[in-house]
Amino acid sequence: MSEKELGQKWDRCLADCAAKIGAGLGLGIVFSVVFFKRRTWPIAFGTGAGLGMSYSNCQNDLRSHYLLYNTILKKQ
Amino acid sequence: MLRVCLKGANAAARQCLCGKVAAHPLQHCRRYTSAGDSGVSAGKIVAASLLTVGGGLGGTILYANWDPKFRSNVEKTVPYSDQVFGMTIGPPPPPPVIPIPKKPAKVEPLQISSVSEATKESKQPKKEKKAKEAAAPEKPPAVEEAAAPSPPPPPPPQTIEEASAEAAHILSAIGEVPSVPAPGTSDQTPAEAAPPAAPPAEAAAGECHECAHHEPALKERPAEEVTALLAAKDKAEQDTLASLSSTLDETLGSSANVTMAAIGAQEAALSAIAVHTQKLKEAMDAEGAPDKKSAQWRALEEALDQRSRSVDEAGAALLRAKDELEKLKAVINAAKDSKIDAARPQVLAAEENLHNMIVDLDKVVGKVQAAQSEAKIVSQYSELVNEAKEQFQKELDSITPEIKASWKGLGKLSTDDLNSLIAHAHRRIDQLNRELAEQRVREQIHIETALEQQKLEHQKALEQAVVTALEHNREEMRLEQQKKVEEVREVMEAEMRTQLRRQAAAHTDHLRDVLKVQEQELRSEADETLKNKMQEQETHYRRMTQEQLDAFTLDMNAAYARLKGMEESIDSHVIAEEEARKAHQLWLSVEALNYTLRTAGADAPTEPLESAAAAVRESCSDNEFAQALASALPAESLKRGVYSEASLRARFSDVRHLARRVALIDETRNSLYQYFLSYLQAVLLMEPQQVAPPASLNADDLDTFKLLSYACYSMERGDLELAAKLLNQLRGEPRRVAQDWLNEARLTLETRQAVSLLSAYANAVGLGTTQAP
Repeated sequence: MSEKELGQKWDRCLADCAAKIGAGLGLGIVFSVVFFKRRTWPIAFGTGAGLGMSYSNCQNDLRSHYLLYNTILKKQ
Repeated sequence: MLRVCLKGANAAARQCLCGKVAAHPLQHCRRYTSAGDSGVSAGKIVAASLLTVGGGLGGTILYANWDPKFRSNVEKTVPYSDQVFGMTIGPPPPPPVIPIPKKPAKVEPLQISSVSEATKESKQPKKEKKAKEAAAPEKPPAVEEAAAPSPPPPPPPQTIEEASAEAAHILSAIGEVPSVPAPGTSDQTPAEAAPPAAPPAEAAAGECHECAHHEPALKERPAEEVTALLAAKDKAEQDTLASLSSTLDETLGSSANVTMAAIGAQEAALSAIAVHTQKLKEAMDAEGAPDKKSAQWRALEEALDQRSRSVDEAGAALLRAKDELEKLKAVINAAKDSKIDAARPQVLAAEENLHNMIVDLDKVVGKVQAAQSEAKIVSQYSELVNEAKEQFQKELDSITPEIKASWKGLGKLSTDDLNSLIAHAHRRIDQLNRELAEQRVREQIHIETALEQQKLEHQKALEQAVVTALEHNREEMRLEQQKKVEEVREVMEAEMRTQLRRQAAAHTDHLRDVLKVQEQELRSEADETLKNKMQEQETHYRRMTQEQLDAFTLDMNAAYARLKGMEESIDSHVIAEEEARKAHQLWLSVEALNYTLRTAGADAPTEPLESAAAAVRESCSDNEFAQALASALPAESLKRGVYSEASLRARFSDVRHLARRVALIDETRNSLYQYFLSYLQAVLLMEPQQVAPPASLNADDLDTFKLLSYACYSMERGDLELAAKLLNQLRGEPRRVAQDWLNEARLTLETRQAVSLLSAYANAVGLGTTQAP
């Protein structure tokens, strides 16, 4: 059903967002703790990167239909 | 006043046109003045600008007042200038009127005058004509009268319009044609009626009428009648001729007989008279024996009787002959009057005969008369002699009374007697001598008188004879002439006859030839007709036999055809029943298909229509149309089934919801921010849920929200098709969202259409196969 597609997309988007933000947060926390002496910026950076990635992914997913070339050519 | 208005207008114009423009220079001026005092004051600048502007405007207005073209140009280019112009110089002048040419007005009076002149001219000849008519009513009809005025030189003036006048006159004359002959004929008929109506006597008129009647009757006899009449006339002539000739012959014969009888009688009389005279003479002269004397006397008496008888007979016969001759003459005259040429020779012959007979009769009569006169003399002499004798006898007797008058007894006489006798005798002789001498003397006188008488009588007789001879001669001449005429006529007739005979011969030859030719022609014609008739008969006979054969074959064919027809009808019945069965089957299968459509659940599609469609295809295996329809069912419906309308409706609300939310998203706008905006729009925008879709969509209606409300309205009303059409107009993301729903709707619609077509077709076929009672 085409009407369910959008919902599915949103689901995916949300899930992806949650995952990415969580992952970014986690990685940020890890990196902040491990490499950057418990500064907050890696957490923000990670979260922001996660958010950004999820946003981008979400957007791409949502507009994937309108993109002209949406096949990823594999290396032969 | 005008100047004030002008100034006011200028101010208004300035304000309207260049309010803003004027504002700036003032500001610039103010800045300039405030920045540094320049020689030129603001007032001067303002006045100068005012003056230029006012002068320009005034000049424009004045020129516009003078030149309407410029005014219109300015009005066109500069807005609101027309109001300004209207205020200052009044409304624009009206467009100039095109001048009408005055030529028609000039032409008309000329035409009218010519027409009037023409009528005048025509009136004059009309009057002339009428005068001529009155003068000579017996003129010939109108055409000639119309022509009559033209040959004689017309007295009216020789104008240029004469030709037209004459044309008009001729036209008027032609127009008057029906009226003109009437007075002419009416004049003529009374004139003619007058003379015959005034005859002096009715009889003449009657006669005229009769003649008139007869003449036409005579004139009008046809040729056949004429020939018939001629033939009748000829026949009548022939008849009269025959009758005439017969009568002529009869009368001729009878008259000839009678004349011959008369002549015979006359001759007999003549002979009798001669005999008698002779006898008398003898009796007188002879002094024979008394026996003989007595015998002579007796014979004389007999002869006298005979003579008298014969004279009577002759007279009677003469009368009869004369009567007959008169009759013959009458007949001849009648024959002459009848004017028949053929009878002429007969008539002539009859006339001749008549003449001859008359002549003979006259001759004989003359002879008889001469004989009679002689006989008279002789009889007178005899009478005298007898008287003397008687006297002598008486004397003798007186002397000798004893002796009777018988001479026989002479011997017995005595001498005395004898002497007395001789003395008597002597005395007698003396007496007689004396008498004789006297008589001689008297005789001379008597002879002279007798001679004179005789001469007179002779003269008379001569005259008579001359007259008769003349008449006879004349008659003879006439007869000869007529005979000659007849001969000549005969000769001519003979000549003509020969010529006619020649002509007749030629004619007969020609006729023979023609007849021969005709005979040949007729023979050939007859042969041809015979041949044709034979052929006709043959063809007729052939045709009849052929017809019989044809009729028989026709009957056979008809019977065979009927048999075939019956068989075919039975077969067709079978076929029709088969067809009906098939139609029923088709209908049943289509009904089954229809039923399967209804088996759709709330959200589940129907059963796959494969089997039902297969059944339909089976039942209509021979029908292309049904096959096409059956195969037109979409594959999806066959495999998977179709959704019901109710499920689609239920789904539609979801689709609508979603479509509302992504209304802004399309190819160009599809970022997440747009999504957010679209969501916001959907939340904030309030549109009626259901709006009746218009009959035709225009560009405004292609908005998503409107389309959705139209589609919702249609869905609620059950119009799936319209809803699908409307949703088909969605663009962008809403379209993508509604795509599946659209497909399903399309499927359903297709299937339903195909099935409805099939059912309609099945119904039609079923109806078609029902046989009429």
